[in-house]
Amino acid sequence: MELIRIRGVEKQYKNGVTAICNLDLSIKKGDFVFVIGSSGSGKSTLIKLLHREEKPNKGRIIIGGIDVAKLKNKKVYKLRRKLGVVFQDFKLLPRMTVYENVAFALEIFGLPKDEIRKKTIKALELVGLKNKVKQFPDQLSGGEQQRVAIARAIVNGPKLLLCDEPTGNLDPDTSFGIMKVLEVINKMGTTVVMATHDKEIVDKMKKRVILLEDGKLIKDYEKGTYSHEVA
Amino acid sequence: MRLLRTLGRNIRDAIKSVFRNFSLSMASISCITITLILVGLAILTSYNVDNFTKIIEQDFSVFVYLDKDIDEEEIKEIEEKLNKNPNILEYDFDSKEEIAQSMMETSEVLKNIMGKWEEDENPLNDVFRLKLKEIRNIKTTISEIEKFENISYVDYGEKIVNNYISAFDIIEKILIVVVALFIIVTAFLIANTIKLTIFSRRKEIEIMRLVGASNFNIELPFIIEGLILGIFGAIIPIIVVIYGYYTFYIKYNEHLFSPFMKLVVPEPFIYIVALILLGIGMIVGMFGSLRAVRKYLKI
Repeated sequence: MELIRIRGVEKQYKNGVTAICNLDLSIKKGDFVFVIGSSGSGKSTLIKLLHREEKPNKGRIIIGGIDVAKLKNKKVYKLRRKLGVVFQDFKLLPRMTVYENVAFALEIFGLPKDEIRKKTIKALELVGLKNKVKQFPDQLSGGEQQRVAIARAIVNGPKLLLCDEPTGNLDPDTSFGIMKVLEVINKMGTTVVMATHDKEIVDKMKKRVILLEDGKLIKDYEKGTYSHEVA
Repeated sequence: MRLLRTLGRNIRDAIKSVFRNFSLSMASISCITITLILVGLAILTSYNVDNFTKIIEQDFSVFVYLDKDIDEEEIKEIEEKLNKNPNILEYDFDSKEEIAQSMMETSEVLKNIMGKWEEDENPLNDVFRLKLKEIRNIKTTISEIEKFENISYVDYGEKIVNNYISAFDIIEKILIVVVALFIIVTAFLIANTIKLTIFSRRKEIEIMRLVGASNFNIELPFIIEGLILGIFGAIIPIIVVIYGYYTFYIKYNEHLFSPFMKLVVPEPFIYIVALILLGIGMIVGMFGSLRAVRKYLKI
């Protein structure tokens, strides 16, 4: 079943740069998709369009029945509650512990404390940080911080996980650790869309690969690798 | 239930934030404090002034002297016109004979002189005694009556009343202007305090948005923060109003300068004023905060 449908999407920034050009794309439920391309190819813009950080100038983006392009600013939260987002720079709150950072995503909905606790511990267990709940982000390594961010993104049980260069700041070994976590999450039924230019990871994972260049979809491989596309 | 939990968390955060930006919070709180003290003063003053006016009105009469050669028919006409005037609460009619009679009863000397008058020698006038509804409108009412036919002249005892009332009016007006100015400055200061909070919590707000907080979720803590500033700012004014008025009331022995300036009894009056102050503090706090939220959150 289709989770994301993109039809004729165009995105031009106010400074005149066209980031996405006439894009058509379908992503099935449970897919694991890499979005690759050189810098400025439109990877990040695509991720931003998907969680409605940016609005397309043209075209339609439908995610799980929500018409994202038409979504009013006021209603964006309805989309955001159905998906999780992970960034290169983690975006953790430094004054909160690991536990509080993850629980934060649930607290704003006013869930009961017990439920918050259960869900938070479960998410932290999944990313392998159950024993670091009381530490603060600056006491953790980069890889661990990213795991906290992933835990926060999935604690709500989203259907879709968007990752914008989640391994961009990490060394190769740590990156593979992160990828393993993402793979587990994907196997549990969450669709993962990940923008990256980490060649090794893409080659090793053998997942669907979408290649963007100057905002255009150049290639779409079911089980692709990075090397023979970009090199 | 869910809303209550969200509220609880937000109140906790808001109090934290008040102490985190302590100096600016203090500036806002002091400004609310000054404003509310002034508002309190204005309410106390105007309410007491109203009370004075009412007391004056209660035993204040206007005398309408009629022409000497007036007949029954014409007196009836005047009576009808008085009935139609909306500012006249009630009236009494004293004929010149009645007046002469009551004057004669007051002293022997008068009795000797006046007792010798023939019926048409009575030099007194027939009089209508009026009580007014709104003493503030006395001038209009009197000039209306003066236009009636067969009226000799209109008199009202204490012209000084007029001066009091206009003085009260001026005091009230000045207080209103000062209070309005202070409220504007306060709202502005609160907006600035909240702005600082918003900047210090930018990252948090960004993440809140990311994980699906609605606009209401994001606004709520700031509005509560404004509310808390308002409540803190109302504490001192409420104490000042309650203790100040009690002390004042006892010290001046329940009235000012002259007996008709009777002070309003403190209970429950001052408690109502205290509640009003708290309400104003909360509204100004929320309003200032909302202004900042709308301006700087861009939602």
